[in-house]
Amino acid sequence: MAHGAGGKASRRLVEGLFAPLLLASTSEPLGDAAHLDFNGTRMAITTDSFVVKPLSFPGGSIGELAVNGTVNDLAVSGAKAEAMVVTYVIEAGLPTPVLEAEVRAMGNAARNAGVKIAGGDTKVVEHGKADSMYITSTGIGRPLRGVTLDPRSARPGDKILLSGPIGDHGITILLARGELDLEADLSSDTRSLLPLVEALVKAAGPGVRWMRDPTRGGVATSLNELARDCRLGITIIEEQLPVRDAVRGACELLGLDPLHIANEGQFLAVVAPEYADAALNALNLSSGGEQARVIGEVRQQPAASVLVTTLYGGSRIVDMLVGDPLPRIC
Amino acid sequence: MCLAIPGQIVEIFCEGSDQRKTALIDVVGVRRKVDLGLLQDDMPTPGEWVLIHVGFAMSKISEEDAVDQMRTLRALGEAESAMQEVQGYGLENADSKRVS
Amino acid sequence: MKFVDEFREPEVITRTAEEIRRLADPERHYRIMEVCGGHTHAIYRFGLKDLLPSNIELIHGPGCPVCVLPMGRIDDGLAIAQRPDVIFAAFGDMMRVPGTQGSPLEHKARGVDVRIVYSPSDALKLARVNPDKHVMFFAIGFETTAPSTALTLVRAKAEGVHNFSVFCNHVTIIPAIRAILDSPDMRIDAFIGPGHVSTVIGCRPYEWIAKDENKPVAVSGFEPLDILQSIVMVLRQLRAYQAKIENQYKRVVPWEGNSAALKAMAAVFELRPYFEWRGLGFISQSALRIKDSYAEWDSERRFDVPGVRVTDPKAAQCGEVLKGVLKPQQCKLFGKECTPEHPVGALMVSSEGSCAAYFNYEHRKTAMVTSIASVA
Repeated sequence: MAHGAGGKASRRLVEGLFAPLLLASTSEPLGDAAHLDFNGTRMAITTDSFVVKPLSFPGGSIGELAVNGTVNDLAVSGAKAEAMVVTYVIEAGLPTPVLEAEVRAMGNAARNAGVKIAGGDTKVVEHGKADSMYITSTGIGRPLRGVTLDPRSARPGDKILLSGPIGDHGITILLARGELDLEADLSSDTRSLLPLVEALVKAAGPGVRWMRDPTRGGVATSLNELARDCRLGITIIEEQLPVRDAVRGACELLGLDPLHIANEGQFLAVVAPEYADAALNALNLSSGGEQARVIGEVRQQPAASVLVTTLYGGSRIVDMLVGDPLPRIC
Repeated sequence: MCLAIPGQIVEIFCEGSDQRKTALIDVVGVRRKVDLGLLQDDMPTPGEWVLIHVGFAMSKISEEDAVDQMRTLRALGEAESAMQEVQGYGLENADSKRVS
Repeated sequence: MKFVDEFREPEVITRTAEEIRRLADPERHYRIMEVCGGHTHAIYRFGLKDLLPSNIELIHGPGCPVCVLPMGRIDDGLAIAQRPDVIFAAFGDMMRVPGTQGSPLEHKARGVDVRIVYSPSDALKLARVNPDKHVMFFAIGFETTAPSTALTLVRAKAEGVHNFSVFCNHVTIIPAIRAILDSPDMRIDAFIGPGHVSTVIGCRPYEWIAKDENKPVAVSGFEPLDILQSIVMVLRQLRAYQAKIENQYKRVVPWEGNSAALKAMAAVFELRPYFEWRGLGFISQSALRIKDSYAEWDSERRFDVPGVRVTDPKAAQCGEVLKGVLKPQQCKLFGKECTPEHPVGALMVSSEGSCAAYFNYEHRKTAMVTSIASVA
């Protein structure tokens, strides 16, 4: 189960089993999407599967996640999503209105994101399999001009930008499950990141080294992946992390760290220092990017690790989690 | 055993056949019902702050003591700068070593 | 967040750290033990060690209820959980703790009904809404948590909820502290006392530490300023050759403790003659069991439990780390066979266990500490 949570176990499964057996080359770092070249025509492609309980939650539902998640994977790989194909695996006995609601949500999200749904497939499985429904979406897109991304191009002194508050999605889902009896005015942050990415690339394209959307496993996981790929140290200033009060409150109550909580509408970017101001400005001036911040920078040490520092001089290493973050009482 | 968080009491309820008291508490916008059974001998009122652990209120939080503590801590530096002034006059030469 | 943010104010933290440097005698090496796992976690989370002079050593104590739980007890609980009509309910802390056949989460993946609860009262609620199942609450924790379990049992009995029982692993803190002080290879100069346990038991139970063992104790809160102020307090006592119990956490801890909580515990629990603590061995009068008057709600009497003792691999040096004799990184298995991903000993499983805390938060920090220049 830990292998699906996005952290260390997931990474080992992908790197240890799938990549060596399936990929043409394993010398390149694994990214959110693959950029391919067909005799001069460049295209980006990505695929993702969506498994969420409950299907519907404040701020969104699985249908929306399936569109935005794929659009975002393409966006942070430096590509504009053009079309998607989707598959639905549906549990027998799922009420039709529920299915219809998700299909509508998907349609709306696709329209909002400017993506064409070009086709798809459905399968029905036995009751008890598929947790109501699983959706897979595969998206293709056109690489954006003016940006080349590679984590290995990160250099000490590069700034780390974050587009907005973290933890909204994961905590919303946790609360929506109802097991913990907590209530809060929170909703998932699911949205298409393409407009913000385009604004960033337009203002600072040549200086953008790497982007990622910190979904399952949170900012901690994405930054650890970066640190390992570039073998440098990432330092984050705790006070700079944007976190909504309610997310903070829930994390304090449950003993969770916002850095490990999933996001569906935020992204991280590594930007060369001479472009950082322009980059941040472009985000802050864009709709939905008002809370973007510089949260840290790349350094030589501690190599391949992520360090969080406080304003009073304390620090701690932040690692990827092994599995999902679990509430604690101790 | 140790994760306990301050929360403010929003509302108090009487529940169940044994008329036990529970409270809706708020922690910067996150709300949960907690059991007030462990504070039976000193029931809190709406607006007061309590320490919450595993869904139970463990203790009332004294704002007065909290303010007092901060005052003491803030004064730490002031006592030290007063000391440094005195030392500057050569009246006291112990404790002038700094461990860095 | 009120009552939290004030105690994380950077300027005051810096000043308090300066006071600590001023008070610490450079000719002396101080060994201060924080008893409670929650303090261990806070120390790492806030990077407090970076603020202390090098002659103050913080030793992590055994106050981690997950860490000291013998594997056999987990096996017993999971053996009951495997019955098709049983729901196993426990705090998140327990979910990844390995038994010999796997952890609760691993059992869940195999189809056993395992649920995470935030409160024992949530477990009781599960019993009310699942009348055809039996809900077993696997209870862990020191005196902070025991009263809540106790009250939940009182409620279960009062309401006549019969499909509910508690598998009780509650332990008490004083015998653990005694075991530390009795250990011949130990030298502790002062204690940072467990603040939340003390909201229940008060400060009196620690008086023997000052009177008989001549060690200062500061009963401490969990915010950075609380822990730092507690260090200031014990340093001042040590400089003045004093030993007394001080209540640093006054805003929350009543000197006499919480009478209602103590009453609830007394109504439901009694002391076991002895109990095995993982890493520390058998300690008498150190754990709670459910009284006869609540026998029907005692999982150990409702169900047959294998009761097998599982010994830890000899190579795992949990006991010495637990007592503070060894540092986590000095254990031969640390970081190699034993990591948070595949823990051999319990100190690596719980996020507040000293080995896990050190592994997760510290051990890759190299020559970092010198200058934390401003970044943005």
